[in-house]
Amino acid sequence: MTASVVAVKLRVNGTEYPLAIDMTRNLLGVIRDDVGLTGTKEGCDDCECGACMVLLDGQPVNSCSYLAVQAQGREIRTVEGLMVDNKMHTLQANILEAGGVQCGFCTPGMLMSACALLERNPNPTREEIQIGISGNLCRCTGYARIIEAIERSI
Amino acid sequence: MSFLIARSIEDAVTALAEGARPVAGGSDLVVGARHGAGTLPSKLVAIDRIRELKVLQFDDTGCTIGAGVTHAQLMTDARIVQHYPALADASALVGSPSTRNVGTLGGNIMNGSPAMDTGAPLLVLNAAVELRSQSGQRQLPIAALWSGPGTTTAAAGELCTAVFLPPAGERSSSAYVRLEYRRAMEIAVAGAAASITLNADGTIAALNVALAAVGPTIMSVELDVAGRPIDDATLALVAQAASTQARPISDLRASDTYRRHTIGVMARRAVDAAARRANGELIAVPVNRTLGIGASS
Repeated sequence: MTASVVAVKLRVNGTEYPLAIDMTRNLLGVIRDDVGLTGTKEGCDDCECGACMVLLDGQPVNSCSYLAVQAQGREIRTVEGLMVDNKMHTLQANILEAGGVQCGFCTPGMLMSACALLERNPNPTREEIQIGISGNLCRCTGYARIIEAIERSI
Repeated sequence: MSFLIARSIEDAVTALAEGARPVAGGSDLVVGARHGAGTLPSKLVAIDRIRELKVLQFDDTGCTIGAGVTHAQLMTDARIVQHYPALADASALVGSPSTRNVGTLGGNIMNGSPAMDTGAPLLVLNAAVELRSQSGQRQLPIAALWSGPGTTTAAAGELCTAVFLPPAGERSSSAYVRLEYRRAMEIAVAGAAASITLNADGTIAALNVALAAVGPTIMSVELDVAGRPIDDATLALVAQAASTQARPISDLRASDTYRRHTIGVMARRAVDAAARRANGELIAVPVNRTLGIGASS
């Protein structure tokens, strides 16, 4: 074990994972490669596109640009955590229903931003929805159906 | 290589004295270490769990903002919005919700980008910055903090711990506007902040204007407009002063000529919005959205 490897416990979707990780690694890579949850995507790897969005203590964070060691003691939630008892989250059901998924690459990050928005503001205006997902790029849908899916979930 | 989660300012400055670099949200540090742009420092100290850095306190002497207060907090805190709206305007324009959740005021000003959004508001609001190190602490006017693009006058062992703002006076207000090409995940093409105090007759008692992204650091505009009314002639003088004094460069975001022209427009709009607020008009944060400055929907 080199000096840069740190023993950490990360709590992801309610489960605690004891891990030995290099201190320079980002949270995205650790979630995908060490925890093994690959729903969270790497898009730009530059804090621009939002494909890597996860919730940290309920707040959306770009996991590509967040050091994994800094997430110790925080509650990390990923898209896998949205399903409960094998049942889709309302947002997941509605984004499918509304046609807000095309290639699907932005969907996990989009869902996490939308989830955080609705948890802190259960009745957002259309503009508040637009701001809520403003850190998430989608190159397929033109956003209209994603916004519609979030509106249906209110 | 080492990583420490500091629980107190003392822990943090001890680590800094041993060569560690501070990391709060990491949105500049981690992104900056990618794509061949550089590497992460070998020693890091996380400062995002230091309670003392989260202070947001108002009293007779003004406002103390801990360096760890996030943009998300600044844009929504009712007291900041009321007394220092330019700072709220700027914080609301930073990045996206996720950037604003992790990004801190201390990180924004210490990163030293000439395009930082909170810098021009803090300069027009006459902010002071507190720096702490193992050998003590000092306060300096924020104008003395920035020494060039990406550099500050802070020593390696100094940690920015707080920003102080003097009380906002009667018939005073402020605003920050910026030219942008899109409504999120954007960096200022040219930004201007204004802080104004009006006389009882509506003329200007005091006016500070500062500019972002048109020089090597955030810069103040020299103005001589005290006693003048807020009218088109005065706003034209402000625009001309800003355009003349700006020292823009050409880069992928804009040419120097375009920046020099648009910074004048931004400056006059910032002064106009600040004056309207000082007259009691409610202009919601951020001015960019409410008045349709910058990218439209």
